[in-house]
Amino acid sequence: MAVSVDEAVSPGPTRQRRPATRRFGGGRGRSVVEVALLAVLAVVMLFPVLWMIETSIKENRDVYAVPAQFFGFTVTMDHFRDVFIAPGGGRSDLSVAFLNSVLVAGVSTTLATVLGVPAAWAYSRFAVKAKKDQLFFILSTRFMPPVVVVIPIFLMYRQVGLIDTKLGLILIYAAFNLPFTIWMMKGFVDEVPAEYEDAAMLDGYTRLQAFRRFTLPLLVPGIAATAVFALIFSWNEFVFAIFLTSSDEVRTAPPAIAGLIGGTTVDWGLVAAASVVFALPVLIFAYLVRKHLVAGVTLGAVRR
Amino acid sequence: MGTVATHGLYKSFGKVQALDGVTLEVPDGSFFVVLGPSGAGKTTTLRAIAGLEKLDAGSVHLDGRDATGDSPAARDLAMVFQNYALYPRHTAYENIASPLRARRCSPSEIAAAVERMSNLLHIERLLQRRPAQLSGGEMQRVALARALVRSPHAFLMDEPLTNLDLKLRVEMRTELTRIHRSLGATFIYVTNDQVEALSMADQVAVLKEGKVQQVGTPTEVYERPANTWVAGFVGSPPINLLACRAEGDRLVGAQGWTLPRPRWSTVEDGRALLLGVRAEDLSVEQRGSASLSGELYGLEPLGDRTVVDVQVGTEILKVKARPTVTATPGERLQVTVDLDRAHLFDADTGLSLAGR
Repeated sequence: MAVSVDEAVSPGPTRQRRPATRRFGGGRGRSVVEVALLAVLAVVMLFPVLWMIETSIKENRDVYAVPAQFFGFTVTMDHFRDVFIAPGGGRSDLSVAFLNSVLVAGVSTTLATVLGVPAAWAYSRFAVKAKKDQLFFILSTRFMPPVVVVIPIFLMYRQVGLIDTKLGLILIYAAFNLPFTIWMMKGFVDEVPAEYEDAAMLDGYTRLQAFRRFTLPLLVPGIAATAVFALIFSWNEFVFAIFLTSSDEVRTAPPAIAGLIGGTTVDWGLVAAASVVFALPVLIFAYLVRKHLVAGVTLGAVRR
Repeated sequence: MGTVATHGLYKSFGKVQALDGVTLEVPDGSFFVVLGPSGAGKTTTLRAIAGLEKLDAGSVHLDGRDATGDSPAARDLAMVFQNYALYPRHTAYENIASPLRARRCSPSEIAAAVERMSNLLHIERLLQRRPAQLSGGEMQRVALARALVRSPHAFLMDEPLTNLDLKLRVEMRTELTRIHRSLGATFIYVTNDQVEALSMADQVAVLKEGKVQQVGTPTEVYERPANTWVAGFVGSPPINLLACRAEGDRLVGAQGWTLPRPRWSTVEDGRALLLGVRAEDLSVEQRGSASLSGELYGLEPLGDRTVVDVQVGTEILKVKARPTVTATPGERLQVTVDLDRAHLFDADTGLSLAGR
């Protein structure tokens, strides 16, 4: 029984227990025990999410009601309106923050991908001097927690005038995503036989044409998977955002939402609604590229 | 014209010296086979000619023009890869058309050329399939068509038949020879299969550890191997090598036997030698003046012939015999040696001391 719970949590490392799970999972339906355990697990995992969604559509007095009302409260969309529209009409600070998040996450991910994919290709295909050392150096930049370098970067940014600018955030996120992109993409490029490019060059294409026309299309699933991870990192990033930005025009959504908490009263409905809006784009994006994501993550296992 | 020449190619991968001064002259229109065991540097040689490998030293000349620094595209060569390297996202048609598209040929030209190729290689009905929907033999034909679709300076083939099953391989051997004859183009063909080398080549270059051991026609390589290594590598079963020395008009074996000294041998007395005799130049059925006595060690019936293993002293001789031969292990046998077809090698250097 414990086996099926393991299976539900992580299908990866339980491979050797297949025969046991097949007894539950195989055949027409799952056993009652399995369904019950999965249901319990789902409730535990999803409860915070459900709570967030529920709070976002409750009126404030229902939010504070004791005992908490799970059913039979008045549904309101006011909080969602407040996320986008300021009390006096016009654009709210939160909506500006969301636009900033879209811009910063989108541009930094694009930057990391545009720089990282060719770099990964070069590291995979060419005899670069001290390749292993270089790759280790690139990886080592991810060893320390980002918060360690916040102060030095703050001081450097202040010197060059990047403090409280979107460009500053874009650059730092791209810099943090680049090592990850290079390492992940190198794995994908390694999977594509170099002979395709060799053949293309003998067909009469240049090396770059060979890469662009024959290797790059095969890398699309990998690029999608890598970009989604980079995008999620940039989208969720909080530490740099709160240290390096201060004005409402520049702030991204995570510090802006956090900023809602801390007054004398907290508008939990607004916080929840903002959080829902904040979570949606990543969900939608991951859903749209789910095929590529799965193909990307399992590429090594299914090719050839 | 399509001559290819390499001068002193050197290439190392880390500590491994893949090419150690490879110099080859490939005449125009020849079927030139580079033969060697795996790791001999055959593929690296081919890739160096194609421009896919950066050399440590040496030069590649195409039609006498130095092409060492040229890009693969500029060299105007076509290549068939061992694993075919068909573009997985493209149909067979698009794969074959790729070299023409790269050269910006008109669509009608491309269509005509692809049709010509698909007729030649009997792949008309496969054109709309992708590589994943093709069998090994079909992929091989498509890869061949992609190389043959234009008229390059020379064709490079990297063990193109290795991944096919035996029956298909024999078929394709004949077909490749036919295609070569009809095109009259220069083929450089890499293989580790001596049967392919001997049956298809005009010229064979035998490679070992990045060094050219011998270049010659298949007959030359088989009949007059330059050293014991070539003698042992070309030919199946491998040549028998017996340690001996010349004494007057006799050859005295290290195992105690004596044979008349071959008439053609001019070797001085006392020098350590290896007598090389191919299995087909030994006989257990005929009687002759030159013979060794030994006892039967084992029989390997191969259908069309039987290989008889005869123990002479501590050495085992492989003797080709008719399939009807019968003998029991331990039986005393006389092995007749055709000394006119034997070889003598220097025991220390392994080099041929040919005189015949």
